[in-house]
Amino acid sequence: MYFLKRLLALIPLLLVITFLAFVLVRVAPGGPFDKERAPASPEIERALKAKYHLDEPVLKQYARWLRDLLRGDFGASLKYRNHNVTDIILQGLPVSMALGALAFCFAMGIGIPSGVWMAVRRGEAADYSVGLLTILAVCVPGFVVGPLLVMQLAITWRVFPVALWATPWHAVLPTAALGLFFAGKVARLMRESTTTVLQQEFILTARAKGVGDSRLLLRHALKPALLPVVSFAGPMAADLLTGSFVIENLFQIPGIGVFLVNSSLNRDYPMVVGLVVLYAVLLLMLNLVVDASYRWLDPRVKYE
Amino acid sequence: MKASTSAAGIAPAALVLSKVPFRVLALGILLVVLVAVGGCSRREPAADLTILNGAEPESLDPAIMTGQPDLRVCNALFEGLTRYDPKTGEAIPGLAERWEISPDRKTYTFYLRSNAVWSTGEPITADDFVYSWRRVLDPATASEYAGQLFFVKNAEEFNTGKLADPAQIGVRALRPRELQVELNSPVPFFLNLCCFGTLCVVPRGHVEKYGDRWLMKPPVPASGPYLLEAWRLNDKIRLRKNPRYWDAANTQNEIVDLLPITSPNTALNLFATGGADIIWDKTLVPTELLDLLRQRPDFHTFDYIGSYFIRFNVTRKPFDDVRVRRALTMSLDKRRITERITRGGEKVATSHTPPGVAGYHPPEGLPRDPEQARRLLAEAGFPGGKNFPRFNYLFNATAGGGAKTDEKIAVEIQSMWKQELGIDVELRSQEWKVYLATQRQLDYDTCRSSWIGDYNDANTFLDMFMSNNGNNRCGWKSARYDDLIREANQQADRRERERILQTAELLLIRDECVIAPVYFYTGFFAFDPKRIEGIYANVIDQHPIQSIRKNQRATRTP
Repeated sequence: MYFLKRLLALIPLLLVITFLAFVLVRVAPGGPFDKERAPASPEIERALKAKYHLDEPVLKQYARWLRDLLRGDFGASLKYRNHNVTDIILQGLPVSMALGALAFCFAMGIGIPSGVWMAVRRGEAADYSVGLLTILAVCVPGFVVGPLLVMQLAITWRVFPVALWATPWHAVLPTAALGLFFAGKVARLMRESTTTVLQQEFILTARAKGVGDSRLLLRHALKPALLPVVSFAGPMAADLLTGSFVIENLFQIPGIGVFLVNSSLNRDYPMVVGLVVLYAVLLLMLNLVVDASYRWLDPRVKYE
Repeated sequence: MKASTSAAGIAPAALVLSKVPFRVLALGILLVVLVAVGGCSRREPAADLTILNGAEPESLDPAIMTGQPDLRVCNALFEGLTRYDPKTGEAIPGLAERWEISPDRKTYTFYLRSNAVWSTGEPITADDFVYSWRRVLDPATASEYAGQLFFVKNAEEFNTGKLADPAQIGVRALRPRELQVELNSPVPFFLNLCCFGTLCVVPRGHVEKYGDRWLMKPPVPASGPYLLEAWRLNDKIRLRKNPRYWDAANTQNEIVDLLPITSPNTALNLFATGGADIIWDKTLVPTELLDLLRQRPDFHTFDYIGSYFIRFNVTRKPFDDVRVRRALTMSLDKRRITERITRGGEKVATSHTPPGVAGYHPPEGLPRDPEQARRLLAEAGFPGGKNFPRFNYLFNATAGGGAKTDEKIAVEIQSMWKQELGIDVELRSQEWKVYLATQRQLDYDTCRSSWIGDYNDANTFLDMFMSNNGNNRCGWKSARYDDLIREANQQADRRERERILQTAELLLIRDECVIAPVYFYTGFFAFDPKRIEGIYANVIDQHPIQSIRKNQRATRTP
């Protein structure tokens, strides 16, 4: 019931978000048909605007867009005039999602164990050395990590391809470059929360009852320690699944991350709004998933 | 006992995920990885030739396309009456095997090849051309480049809605293979225009059936040397040889891939590791590495018709005074820009039209003369730059990891004007689309500009500054200039035409000094000359894909 209500509440929220995106992108100076070369006559520009209904009042345009949306049509791209926004998203999204899912698993797979490890070894050399690595992972941005990985692994050692998206080998470097930041972030979060949990009284009680080390850590401490990581994982997944401009540009990956940035630079109105809808829906849904998983992780959480 | 000490005592073995929920989690992760890996592997035969083509083409539709990366692919799929000679870039017979030109040079009769057929096997007829050209001019198509056809009689009238009947346009099918074109004036470059994408022939039935998305509905009937096998945005365009092309015997390479790449470093990495045979877009060369790259045998530079210049907004004070505009122009040390910043062997410009344009010798504009520049500025009422109002220099910010050439040039110009004239310019950087809108609305004082010729004739550089041309963007209106350009294009005698155009250009760059030319662009290629043949430097930077030969056996130059 609770989640159904929340789902319904998303609809007005989405309407507000799309309307804002729809209006704001049109208010920005410059338009989709501003080019270095002006058309040979002003009539050509008028014909262009008429073709894409840009000469109508904004409210009417928005109503038209909503009507088309109900039929699953996001409209035609104004930059790539042979393509539909829906086609572009359907083509790029699976690629971005595949890479994002890989990077997500990479971040979780490396971040959680190393965070726990640091908490367990708190104050020891292992804590400091792994800690330094995680800080590096968080601080060094993707556009530095990416080229460094490419230089060493793809150009000097020729282990992986330098770019493109064709075989599983092509996915390794972008996954690492994309996931490293999040792995570091997850590890930091995990270290803090595990440390806090391990200092709580129920752990002491469990230990007093004679619970073994591994059981103590995995059965009792891990679940509550995961809470902050899970809260972080929702928006992180939305970020990763919609692609990354830097990584997709660097490795020439045909995802939608590049469009997320370029469509607004190009003033490709339908593309911008389409991607905003996609991103908003993903983010809102993932937040719901996060809230639902709280209940599994922490028995004290109840939704009414 | 403190919890931390107890925690520190936990055996590392505990970190091995051994409990049931974690097995499920691990299985889940494995599943995601497998699905993702499955999703990113594709079974496709390798291409015979891979070209890094620059930005993703906005369109491959002849009527819609505008950019250079678009045109290169468009010309592989659809041919015009003429096509580009791979060596010189001049027009040679394409789908038309020959033509006759009337004595007043205003009427052309084209004879189509009897073996010119669509990839579906149907003949390509004069009616197909009539349809294709009318489609470009139809306001409903909203073709940005419809102006390329305005030299044809009544074309502009039809496009702008002054004329409703398309039959009045000066293009007619006399017989199935005979096409007659009537022009407004004896433009000497009309045959060159016929190579250009906008004038190429498109498959009527397919276009009418699928509308704007016809290129995404395979199989697309092609009239050029290649078929469009796949077009995945931001991924690749795959071309396959069209066996029914009239000159298919000379088409090289069965499969050609064109990759859209915008990062110069990625392009160079791919090229260096054998992932691509050719880089042929000037935006794909990392300028930081130019000095190094220019010494390599697989790196080539060539001149082409592109011009980098500064616009003055002549509607604003003090730039309404020609002495000020001249002073600012003559104080520039353009060599410093080409030697320190662009470094690709660019030539310093004093004219707007580059040398090498067919049948035209650009006149000599204003020389560098700081002494004279200071005198002019003093005459205009600003001795030593005193009381000169603060003004701005508008340029476009570079998006993504591109080279910041425009920014570096802006800074250099700022220091030159300060140093030589004692005036302060404020640099104003704007995002590309905003910059264009600002330029169009004349909301600037001085601004960075560039122009690449659409066809090999001086007119493409000069008619843009006519009073009502949308590309003027200086606020400059000169009835004399307009008359000169019109007169030149009515002139059938080439010598006389050249003389008139030179007079007009002198008005633009010397007498009125509306713009300050800076340098002429250099084009760049990367390909291994031992393995790749058939790419030639030409001023219009056109290199038909079907002529590029690849020697598969030759070893790569390391």
